[in-house]
Amino acid sequence: MSRTSFATFGNELYSGKRSYPFVAKRNLWFLIAGIAVLISIVIPVVKGGFNLGIDFRGGSEFTISATENTEIAVGERAVTDVVPDAVPRVTNIAADTMRIQTERLSDDETLSVRDNLVTGYGVGEDQVTSSFVGPTWGEDVSRQALIGFGVFVVLAAILMGIYFRTWKMSLAAMTALVVVMVVTAGLYSLSDFEVTPSAIIGFLTILSYALYDTVVVFDKIRENTADIAISTKRTFAEQVNLAVNQTLVRSINTSVVAILPVASILFIGAFLLGAGTLQDLSLALFIGIILGTLGTIFIAAPLYAALRLGEPELRKQEKKVHNRRELEAASV
Amino acid sequence: MPRTGPGTAAKRTLVWLGVLTAFLAILLGSGSIWSTASWSPRLALDLEGGTQMILAPRVQGGSEITAEQLDQAVEIIRQRVDGSGVAEAEINTQSGQNVIVSLPGTPDPQTRDLIQASAQMEFRPVLAGGPGQAPAAETPTPEEDLPQPAAEPQNGSDPNWITPELYQEFEALNCLDPAALEPTEEPAPADQPMVACEPDTQGKYILGPVEVPGTDISTASYGLQRSPQGQALNTWAVTIDFNDEGTRIFRGVTERLFAFGQDDPRNQFAIVLDGRIVSAPRTNVVIPDGNPQITGNFTEESAAALAEQLKYGALPISFEIQSEQQISATLGADQLRLGLIAGLIGLLLVAAYSMFQYRLLGLVTIASLLVAGILTYLAICILGWTENYRLSLAGVAGLIVAIGQTADSFIVYFERIRDELRDGRGLITAVENGWRRAKRTVLASKAVNLLAALVLYFVAVGNVRGFAFTLGLTAIADLVVVFLFTHPVLRLLARTKFFGEGHPWSGLDPSRLGGIPLYRGAGRLREPGATVPVPAAAARTKNKGASAEAERRLTIAERRRAEQQKALAGRTGSTVIDRPGSTEKEINE
Repeated sequence: MSRTSFATFGNELYSGKRSYPFVAKRNLWFLIAGIAVLISIVIPVVKGGFNLGIDFRGGSEFTISATENTEIAVGERAVTDVVPDAVPRVTNIAADTMRIQTERLSDDETLSVRDNLVTGYGVGEDQVTSSFVGPTWGEDVSRQALIGFGVFVVLAAILMGIYFRTWKMSLAAMTALVVVMVVTAGLYSLSDFEVTPSAIIGFLTILSYALYDTVVVFDKIRENTADIAISTKRTFAEQVNLAVNQTLVRSINTSVVAILPVASILFIGAFLLGAGTLQDLSLALFIGIILGTLGTIFIAAPLYAALRLGEPELRKQEKKVHNRRELEAASV
Repeated sequence: MPRTGPGTAAKRTLVWLGVLTAFLAILLGSGSIWSTASWSPRLALDLEGGTQMILAPRVQGGSEITAEQLDQAVEIIRQRVDGSGVAEAEINTQSGQNVIVSLPGTPDPQTRDLIQASAQMEFRPVLAGGPGQAPAAETPTPEEDLPQPAAEPQNGSDPNWITPELYQEFEALNCLDPAALEPTEEPAPADQPMVACEPDTQGKYILGPVEVPGTDISTASYGLQRSPQGQALNTWAVTIDFNDEGTRIFRGVTERLFAFGQDDPRNQFAIVLDGRIVSAPRTNVVIPDGNPQITGNFTEESAAALAEQLKYGALPISFEIQSEQQISATLGADQLRLGLIAGLIGLLLVAAYSMFQYRLLGLVTIASLLVAGILTYLAICILGWTENYRLSLAGVAGLIVAIGQTADSFIVYFERIRDELRDGRGLITAVENGWRRAKRTVLASKAVNLLAALVLYFVAVGNVRGFAFTLGLTAIADLVVVFLFTHPVLRLLARTKFFGEGHPWSGLDPSRLGGIPLYRGAGRLREPGATVPVPAAAARTKNKGASAEAERRLTIAERRRAEQQKALAGRTGSTVIDRPGSTEKEINE
């Protein structure tokens, strides 16, 4: 039953029988996006930034794997015995794994804490991994990520401009992209998810995914509007809207297919592995894929239509379409 | 006679894919037999466990290290580690005092020594060679024509330093080979000549023994060049300030080098750092005061960089390993196992969804994903062998994420075929037309993916690179698979009875897709003007506003379509219209 209706759904979208007003109601979508962006900017300011991971703050980290004892207090004592004024963060990140994060410790302090942990948790020396993170690492990663973001946006805008032969598509796509990035960042700040270098990788991948999704939809728009000048069947805005509707099934299928593996990482990460590269990455992607798909449909495509509607030729074409419709309506 | 046509072409393409896969497999297989290749990918620190070293910089003379010097030290170690071909090494500073180096696996003694050694900066006179001579000589000079030293060399610029062996080494040196540019800790004894590359100009040189060691530099600076009248010119220059000892020796050296004509390579001296030539300026004047000024095609950045390197040569920093730590391999193995489980679950979910959406056509998705997987796996193993590429956890995540993006190419393609079917085309034509359109979209969108991967790879640091690498690799694998596997397979399937006649389970059933072919073979013609089998009433109740709008817009169009179809039915032959939303139909087969 569900399949038949899904196929019918696709057919109706294709023929135009069923149509969602993505372009017509664009001001509503833009308003929603604008509010979301505003909130996303205000939240970090009000909350005082993001929940930065140890890689950005710098500090020492100990990981005890395969331990039966998962008492938080043991880890805290192990640190405070050595450095009385330290404020360790002890987390049971997975069933048998403890993580202890503190400010940076000296080598001697590290060794003492290590010993305390070995005796406290009753584990072998080889089950305790310790590491230190200096403050430069996170800065390095975020600076490079920002440079990467800038370079990618410029290059992708040029690439799209050349491929689609119009800068308006580039502008619409990049605007949607920036909205997606800002809102993703806002969600991170709002939900207090930890920002780690892995999450930054995730953000950068969203760039790729969101733009990829936009290019697929824009290619259909290009196809539908290729001979708009000589056609009086639909106005430009209607053709764009039809393209978005025609690719809607693809958009749904693609985002589902893209999200399934990411969701499985997220699930495995959350329940079996504990916080780490995989989970941070997949969380950013999970949010980004959903927002990226929505961004294409509700922002990029309507914005492109809006950018071009003012063109004199398209205005003329629109008039012709209306004239023809009126004529035909009168002759019936 | 061989039958020609799309079917044969499709088979031929599949054979090429087989050849490509077999080639990669044989390459890897022979590599594993005769070389160091392995059938499993090489793993990075976080998956394999590895070594983390904490290094304390030691400045010669025992003075305190400044933050600036520490940054330089990190930069030098980074260059050395990257140059020695270790991937995903992470180098951080800790508490403004130490440098932490994380290396996958256990570093060999050479790498360890290289990391600890102080940078060797030295000034050597040029004996032969010049810029732009990077590649190895194509025809080595015959044995009897090789330069033969006639006497013991008298000074640093004496051509008698060039022995036949040294000259052969010079000719064989290929400065385009990254291996030749690897920093070396002890390039050559100070009192011996050497060959060296200058990466910036692709130059290749024979150099005499060390004339001035880098420790004789007091400091170095850069600025705009001044004319003899003291006006600032528009060119950048780097000024070296030698100490007394350096000043004395350098005066002697420049006197000797200046005597050679400007066209003689021996007029140049080379500034060598870690066995690589940083710069090889000409000697335009004798320098009596120990303040040589280097000019040339400097930008502000390159002048600053050279001055920085010269300053570093003035203060060689060596490193002492403070502590070294193995990261538990069991933790890495755990991460890898769970990563693979996540990937497998993801793959199964994608397979299930494809089957749900596309019925048996979903099998093509699954097969395509498997082929892409095999190609990617082979590529990763081969790159692990030839480029020392190591798969990190971020890389594994990249692979898992890529499942979705790869499957999307097939979705785009299948949806285009369905669109063609909805227009009433037969499957064989639908596959060809759909492919023509999908191809463009797939190429454009994969270009975006590749661009993102490239930018990430070149801009990012640390393990972002591993992630970007797998993303790029899978994008390429995806393109290969779509072109060489998915499309030919669909071409062949379109000719089978099951798919060609649109079996309800094929996922390409025209009646389900709302398209009824005009001509179904065997002389059965569809009644022109027959409406698509979507009950208008049902659509109206489901989506009142939209269908009302559709009717308003489409009644006229549909009327026209019916008229056109009537006209079309009267014609013979076929018209192929390649416009979306076109009202005309094509009669195929």
